[in-house]
Amino acid sequence: MPTPRTRKPVVAPERRHKAGILDIRNIIGLLLTTYGVILTLTGIVADPQHDKTGGVNANLWAGLALLVVGLAFVAWARLRPVLVPEQPAEDD
Amino acid sequence: MASDTLIDANAVDYLIVLLYFGVVLGIGVVARRQVSDSVDFFLSGRSLPAWVTGLAFISANLGAVEIMGMSASGAEFGLPTVHYFWVGAIPAMLFLGIVMMPFYYGSKVRSVPEFMRRRFGTGAHLVNSLSFAVAQLLIAGINLYLLGSIIHALLGWPLWVALVVAAAIVLSYITLGGLSAAIYNEVLQFFVIVAALLPLTLIGLHRVGGYGGLKDKITEAASAGGDIAPAEQQLNSWPGQALSGFDSPLFSVIGIVFGLGFVLSFGYWTTNFVEVQRAMASDSISSARKTPIIGAFPKMFVPFITILPGMIAAVLVSEIADVKAGETVPGGASGEGVAYNDALLYLMRDTLPNGLLGLAIAGLLAAFMAGMAANISAFNTVLSYDLWQQYVVKERDDSYYLLVGRLATVAATFIAIFTATLASNFSNIMEYLQVLFGFFNAPLFATFILGMFWKRMTPTAGWVGLVSGTLSAVAVAFLSEDAFGSWSSGVIPIGGQGAAFLAAAAAFVVDIVVSVAVSLVTKPKPVSELRGLVYSETPREDLVDADEASYPWYRRTLPLAGVALAMVVILNFAF
Repeated sequence: MPTPRTRKPVVAPERRHKAGILDIRNIIGLLLTTYGVILTLTGIVADPQHDKTGGVNANLWAGLALLVVGLAFVAWARLRPVLVPEQPAEDD
Repeated sequence: MASDTLIDANAVDYLIVLLYFGVVLGIGVVARRQVSDSVDFFLSGRSLPAWVTGLAFISANLGAVEIMGMSASGAEFGLPTVHYFWVGAIPAMLFLGIVMMPFYYGSKVRSVPEFMRRRFGTGAHLVNSLSFAVAQLLIAGINLYLLGSIIHALLGWPLWVALVVAAAIVLSYITLGGLSAAIYNEVLQFFVIVAALLPLTLIGLHRVGGYGGLKDKITEAASAGGDIAPAEQQLNSWPGQALSGFDSPLFSVIGIVFGLGFVLSFGYWTTNFVEVQRAMASDSISSARKTPIIGAFPKMFVPFITILPGMIAAVLVSEIADVKAGETVPGGASGEGVAYNDALLYLMRDTLPNGLLGLAIAGLLAAFMAGMAANISAFNTVLSYDLWQQYVVKERDDSYYLLVGRLATVAATFIAIFTATLASNFSNIMEYLQVLFGFFNAPLFATFILGMFWKRMTPTAGWVGLVSGTLSAVAVAFLSEDAFGSWSSGVIPIGGQGAAFLAAAAAFVVDIVVSVAVSLVTKPKPVSELRGLVYSETPREDLVDADEASYPWYRRTLPLAGVALAMVVILNFAF
């Protein structure tokens, strides 16, 4: 249905909603956090394979780093949400 | 060989890889809900913030070719490979943001070839869009080939099965979500690739005893003689003779600065629609200009997670060290012997525990898919807007061209599967690509820059310049030692990257000379049609964002570019 372009005398406040999961920061944050959890657990549970890493528990450290970065992205998206102007219903 | 797979992955690794694929396809599905018209599909509705398009800008380039090619070059030549970044990318990216982007974004064109059409008419436009479309198909094929070969190396699937599966995944996420999905995935891919390559580099460095240990080991390996460059050439970026193929240090520096730094890289970064499209998807002219400039910051550190692992692999991984010592080693991702391109895969095998290994595999697959997706999404825009709408079926409604775009994506994917097999015939992928870019991009940059700043340049000069520039690059490649492998005649005694630099430089010079000559004897476009396209005919306010002056310095184009330039100069001195 085409929306007529009527010029209103008073500009109504634009309807907006948060981008939520569509916010790329949430997608990055969630994926990195999940990877962080998996690697940290692997680092704790599994054989650290010191022969490969040269004596460092690489999974554990990388997992913790990913957790920090991932959570930082989620926090950023929470604290400074993107507001998307609501589209007039004209899909399909 | 006892096992068919190069890398032993376990359940955790597969979980990490599968998770990534799930998210990638999920993005396609979610992004689809947002796609309502063709501007959404092709240009992401021009709504993305600068940091997103900036990361997508370099991610679109951080594909298979860059990661495998740069680590391969790092393993073979050492530090001089950084020139592809610090000389061959950053200056051109800054130039794109400062000088050229206002014309692209401000003129509201939907593609780089469309700018060409508005400035020079259909002759130059047709040359540009056709050559671009063909190049994208070839490069998509190379990305796909590398993607297929890593799946082959990892899972032991036959190459053709791997190719088809990889192509199907890329196809589904682009057709679903269009450019938005491609850009979202590129940004995501950037973080995954850093998360994958950074631990690899750090563990590798730890194993060889830090950067000092790496230097000692490279020096030791180089002193054994053989066909490789002496240690001091591998450990200093300048003058980089082994990389450029020039014997004289002076010519090598000139070749790198002019051939790579000026002609090749400006040609690539400033006119390549794959890159420029990312900036066009941003939300304002200010964001569009900042896109390549923000991208420059991570870009200058990419060498540390691509070239450095390559250098480490050459001393730490016995197979790669043997290749470097001139031996032939069976195995490799292709199954036809270990090559420098396998450096990263072997380093992953030797240094990463299961878990991180999965992350590294996910990162590589991500990069390869994103690279291919970038080529294909640029291809479908050019095909539907620039070729189909312009020359084949005109004046249909928007949904028709959206459909054409989706069909073009499908067709491109099938063609890429065929070009993937073509790519396997070239041993050093980087070289092959440089040759291609030399043909298409160097004359383009000459034509654009002349056309943007010289209003007298005529439409005829536009296409004649492009064609003669491209042909002269082809001619130089045939006359060189090895730019076309066995087809090159060797009349001009230069090989390796130097031949590509020379071909690009020839294309540039011939294009400028021919364009000027032809302009002087043909009729220019009326000045009234050049607004937004030529510097002298465009009002200043069309080229800048009025809001930008009110931003703090770190959100303004020029100060950001200045910081980036200073940092890259420091890096050049440090290494």
